[in-house]
Amino acid sequence: MPRLLAVLLVAFVLPVSAKEAAPAAADPVLEKRVMALSEELRCLVCQNQTLAESNAPLAEDLRNQLREKMREGKSDKEVVDFLVERYGDFVLYRPPLKGTTVLLWFGPLLLLATGFAVLMRRLQRRRAAGGPGVSDAERKRAAELLAGGER
Amino acid sequence: MTRFAIPVAIFVALLVLLGVGLKLDPREVPSPLIGKPAPHFELPQLHEAAKTFSERDMLGKVWVLNVWASWCVSCREEHPVLLDLAASGAVPVYGLNYKDKREDGLAWLKGMGDPYKVSIFDFDGRVGIDYGVYGVPETYVIDKKGVIRYKRIGPLTPEIVKSTLLPLVNELDRA
Amino acid sequence: MIPELGQLAAALALCLALAQALLGLVGAARGQAVWMAATRPAARGQFAFVAIAFACLTVSFIYNDFTVAYVASNSNSALPLHYRIAGVWGGHEGSMLLWILMLSVWTFGVTLFSRQLPLEMVARVLGVMGLVSTGFLLFILFTSNPFSRLFPAPPDGRDLNPLLQDPGMVMHPPMLYMGYVGFSIAFSFAVAALLSGRLDAAWARWSRPWTTAAWCFLTVGIALGSGWAYYELGWGGWWFWDPVENASFMPWLTGTALIHSLAVTEKRGAFRSWTVLLAILAFALSLLGTFLVRSGVLTSVHAFATDPTRGIFILALLAIVIGGSLLLYVWRAPAIGLGGGFEPLSRESLLLMNNVIFAAAAGSVLLGTLYPLALDASGLGKISVGPPYFETVFVPLMAPALFLMGVGPLARWKKASLPDLASRLRWAAAAAALAALALPFAMGRWGAMVALGLLLAAWVAASCFVQIWEKVRNASGASGAWARLSVVPRATWGMLLAHFGVAVFVVGVTLVKGYESEKDVRMEPGDTVEIGGYTFRFDGVRDVTGPNYVAGRAQIPVTRNGKVVATLYPEKRIYRVQNQPMTEAAIDTGFTRDLYVSLGEAVSDTAWVVRVHHKPFIDWIWGGCLLMALGGALAASDRRYRLAARRQPEQYAAAAAR
Repeated sequence: MPRLLAVLLVAFVLPVSAKEAAPAAADPVLEKRVMALSEELRCLVCQNQTLAESNAPLAEDLRNQLREKMREGKSDKEVVDFLVERYGDFVLYRPPLKGTTVLLWFGPLLLLATGFAVLMRRLQRRRAAGGPGVSDAERKRAAELLAGGER
Repeated sequence: MTRFAIPVAIFVALLVLLGVGLKLDPREVPSPLIGKPAPHFELPQLHEAAKTFSERDMLGKVWVLNVWASWCVSCREEHPVLLDLAASGAVPVYGLNYKDKREDGLAWLKGMGDPYKVSIFDFDGRVGIDYGVYGVPETYVIDKKGVIRYKRIGPLTPEIVKSTLLPLVNELDRA
Repeated sequence: MIPELGQLAAALALCLALAQALLGLVGAARGQAVWMAATRPAARGQFAFVAIAFACLTVSFIYNDFTVAYVASNSNSALPLHYRIAGVWGGHEGSMLLWILMLSVWTFGVTLFSRQLPLEMVARVLGVMGLVSTGFLLFILFTSNPFSRLFPAPPDGRDLNPLLQDPGMVMHPPMLYMGYVGFSIAFSFAVAALLSGRLDAAWARWSRPWTTAAWCFLTVGIALGSGWAYYELGWGGWWFWDPVENASFMPWLTGTALIHSLAVTEKRGAFRSWTVLLAILAFALSLLGTFLVRSGVLTSVHAFATDPTRGIFILALLAIVIGGSLLLYVWRAPAIGLGGGFEPLSRESLLLMNNVIFAAAAGSVLLGTLYPLALDASGLGKISVGPPYFETVFVPLMAPALFLMGVGPLARWKKASLPDLASRLRWAAAAAALAALALPFAMGRWGAMVALGLLLAAWVAASCFVQIWEKVRNASGASGAWARLSVVPRATWGMLLAHFGVAVFVVGVTLVKGYESEKDVRMEPGDTVEIGGYTFRFDGVRDVTGPNYVAGRAQIPVTRNGKVVATLYPEKRIYRVQNQPMTEAAIDTGFTRDLYVSLGEAVSDTAWVVRVHHKPFIDWIWGGCLLMALGGALAASDRRYRLAARRQPEQYAAAAAR
């Protein structure tokens, strides 16, 4: 009897209550903004996850703070400044461009440019030198080989 | 000729960096609030919920703010150190009960001893966030003008109290 | 008994490694043929004893010997057999032993396949590898002994980290270490060449297959790690620019530069000192990676239980091995000489541009990874450098490399002509432009970044086809397309396949980043959610029990246009021993898309938060990596490396001195 009841329940209740699932968040548009920003922030507790992924209590609290502030109308920059004021630049996965990070942001370009410059110089020098010289010892050896044939 | 020496020069610099790195703690997040005014708060007290406490109440005095919670394991380690510090009378110690349940916090203090002049109750952790708290326990030294002068992340040890905290408090007292 | 045997075997291996090093290096320096000849047996002996030690540790795991501290902290009696075996490399000590095992396997390989090398060269190569083995065996025996006993023995072990209880875990570290460690061969060849003072094109010919093989393993290892993270960690990402991921990526980038540089050195004898330096750097980065993961200097998801003592030891090892070889480089490299000349536009110069780009890329990853440490060490503050930085910096670096990948293989050696190249590639350029303009619309909408990615990928792929077509058309003598293609050397097919693999990889990355979508929804039983044209229905969650966990398993049938495509079973597991919760995502893999579902929290008695992702073409990422590795394997097994066994070494030296 309970079995029949269960089957009937599933057969009738399920289709009737089936619907398009509601988004988990109350305000999906705001949530998207919160998550997008959280992806660029570092969880201070786990430290190897973004604020978006982390399940740590502090991460949830901070996400809530983000939500609140955005709802109040604060811009992304204001929200980020709020966090940096309290936790420093450590909380940003995208390091800010300041005096101490100039080398970081321009380093790759500098490396590439230096590499190409060195390569170009080396190529020009090679061209000017007209190819490598063959040493006298090598000349002698070559002559021997040519004269004696392959061993 | 010297270009061949560039790789080894860079390598030596790298070794020095890594050697120094072995002594550092990559997980520690230093506080940007050092040298800045302590963020304002007004929170209910742990023992008497009707009364509030604010950092402004402490202007003109040098004081220590210790962030703790009954669920925090390391807080047990540092508690004897705090009790000693409070007993010595060198500096008043105030507690911020962070994200805890009132009953749990009260029970913990009852069982472990209460070094705090006043314990403040930060239920949702917002004041903690304002102070840049990310891991309990944390301890702040705040001067007469209400500026944060020092933050210790992690449990207090007798060495730290002796070598860093007390000298700083003395210096600030004289100022 | 068995752990003590293992420890003894490791100690004997150390003695043999030391013997191998001394016999090889001192023997070669003094020209003592007997000593040099003894290097091979010493190396083989070392391999045998390392294998015994590893076997002993494995046996301890299989039979749940919890008196061994390492077994107790990484295993459990309820752990299934295959994970007990994988647990051998689940922690620091065991994974170091695996490292050493891989090194001895490669060493053994060198003893087998080095008949055609002059004895002096073999002795030196084995000698250097012996030094590295000695260093690591000392490290294990003195700071990271996997055989340490634990008294009293705990009744049961602390279990393998649930994150590691996965098939990917079984394969990822061995493949990765085969790659890391394989670069030690190129390194040893480079140091041997510097020591002997003789560095010619033959050296490059000997080095190349070993280096390519190591590169293949590293490619597979990294791909496995990325695929495993995607599959296992539940957030749908596949690359996080985590310090340890970067630690494996830097040797890969340098290794890629190295295999291309070896091509120039082998063919034309040019840029020898640069190739030698690259070989040293590739292995240096492998060692640096080992240091970063185990010293605690950087935080990472991967970091093993860290210990500054170990960090100091590895740093010392790094200083001696790499510092020593770089000093040797300062001393000997100036004598190496230039080699064949070539024009500013030629295959050589294009390959060297590839080198510059890959070296700059490796340097940039190193910069980003170590910069926070550098600032902290100089007291300039604490920052984080994460994916936003690396992605901003890496893509512009790789774009020119992809462009060159299409041009380089068509350029002639020594002197190439720009009009000639342009004319041969005009159809490839057209195909690329068409792909960039039209294909995005097929995916739904046009975007600049997607177009760029598709442009470069199509360019590379089209260039591969142009090269094949030219071979069909141009090959002289043989008749018929098939005959013409069959004379193309295996190495060329390897190159074509690997480059094509890169194109496939780029397509995967571009399309997944451009068009992936996800929805985070609250579902009651019977609710549906639609994404990417697929409908997911939540049928509720059932309790299930696994060998060492309990879980809530959801049933989610997926339909498209009314037809059932798959049924997915995401789980929320709790592993009993460590009481650790884990999300087990359910993935439906497809050639053109992945459907990825993970369970969030239960928000009521019946309702759960469910996250569904649609990831178009994501498997092309790992498919591309697999093609790259296969291409490398083809190239490494080219006939000329095996045929060379017949030739006399002196003839080689003469032939290459041109």
